[in-house]
Amino acid sequence: MSLKSKAAIIGIGELKPSKEPGESTALELMAAASAQAIADAGLEKADIDGFLVGMPFNDPGILYPSAAAEALGLRPRMLNQVDIGGASGAGMVWRAAAAIDGSMCRAVLCVTADLNRLGDQRPPMISTAREFEWPYGNIGANCGYAMIAQRHMYEYGTRPEQMAKVAVDQRKSALKNPLATFNDKPLTIDEVLSSRMIVDPLHLYEIVSPVCGGAAVVVVGPELARRSPHPAVWLLGAGESCGHASITYAPSLTESAVKQSAATAFAMAGLGPRDMSLVCPYDCYTITVLVTLEDAGFCKKGHGGPFVMEHDLSYAGDLPCNTHGGQLSFGQPGLAGGMSHVTEAARQLMGRAGERQVRDARLAFVNGNGGIMSEQTSLILERRA
Amino acid sequence: MNAYLKPVPTPSKISAPFWAAARRHKLVLQRCERCRAFIYYPRPRCPECLDDRLTWEEATGRGTVYSFTVVRRAASRAFSDAPYILAIVELEEGPHITTNILAAPEAVRIGMKVTAYFDDVTPECTLVKFKPADA
Repeated sequence: MSLKSKAAIIGIGELKPSKEPGESTALELMAAASAQAIADAGLEKADIDGFLVGMPFNDPGILYPSAAAEALGLRPRMLNQVDIGGASGAGMVWRAAAAIDGSMCRAVLCVTADLNRLGDQRPPMISTAREFEWPYGNIGANCGYAMIAQRHMYEYGTRPEQMAKVAVDQRKSALKNPLATFNDKPLTIDEVLSSRMIVDPLHLYEIVSPVCGGAAVVVVGPELARRSPHPAVWLLGAGESCGHASITYAPSLTESAVKQSAATAFAMAGLGPRDMSLVCPYDCYTITVLVTLEDAGFCKKGHGGPFVMEHDLSYAGDLPCNTHGGQLSFGQPGLAGGMSHVTEAARQLMGRAGERQVRDARLAFVNGNGGIMSEQTSLILERRA
Repeated sequence: MNAYLKPVPTPSKISAPFWAAARRHKLVLQRCERCRAFIYYPRPRCPECLDDRLTWEEATGRGTVYSFTVVRRAASRAFSDAPYILAIVELEEGPHITTNILAAPEAVRIGMKVTAYFDDVTPECTLVKFKPADA
């Protein structure tokens, strides 16, 4: 089965993240992002007959999709929770396309939202993490990515300034994004490297900042795509892969399941890395971008460090990367952080990225990443001339 | 004496022999009778071949540091005594294990040889940590 050109993104909703929730609940943010996306698609709520939702960590519960659908007043013919962490946003897009291609529904609302909650309020994890990781202080995502970075430096000689360059270039684009959390001043490699060391070798400015926010997209089939008020952004290829849950048991710390997910997506699209006008790789940490670009085939394995030094990753550069600022500058509103890579790619391909518009943007590579390089979802998106 | 406030494991039916052995300062691993794979963490079936004939064998307690980090600021208040060294150790038998290295942060290197050290953190619980083999 192929999902090539079977469905397109025609509507985007995205809230400006905030550090403090104020009076907001996750459900309110979800409703706001959903309303935006449906209106943006030129549709009515009644047109939405498919619903894919991410459960907010801040408001967890079983049977979440029906509860959220009821709150939003939806009557979906297909509904599900997508629970693959930071890959959930990208994962929703191909699941929506598959449901549409299978004639289960015509217009799918994909939505994620969350509040900023930290530390000991984190949601319950699978029992194996509680039993074999937490007692040793492997809590949260920082430690795992630090060990990936450490091993990458050991195996390939990757240097701290190479990782820092990712955050620096993405900040250049964030300065042109009114929605970004950190968009008021540029960042230098020295500033990244002199920011506080949190988990060796990762500094504060190489780590996402949790924020409150929400994001949604509307995915439709060819018939509704023709009526879209914007250029439709077609799904050309998709791939997904997962090799582990805890990084401790990953077959490799430096080679990820992106190899399989990206290869599958590129093969379905009949395209390769060199065809892409821009890339939106998941960026919870700087090292994540290096490993993703390597495993997706943008450069040789282990050459991610030199590769990002040789290319300008800003919106005006030769390899525009996370032109919304990435999560590193945009902020990470829970699962909506992973959706931000989808919304930005769609915005660019629709030609609606304002001052940070990439010239002649036609094809984008999007990668969602859950857990500690665990779940990987790759998408190839296209704007037709 | 201060109470131990960090998370401690709650052994399951499957993992109880592992934690009981740690209590006796022994490192034991499951081994698959069919494909002979060593297994960590304890599982209901062999993750290589899904056979359920698993036995417990004592491991050498020797390994090498596969990767590590110095956690200077922990995500949980229970670890507010950071810095501490979190590591993945590759055991001589093959499996990887999340653990702590008891050493000065600047002394730890990837590839360094380490040996098991049993830390009796509470009267009921012993964690399997590691220290440099030459220490």
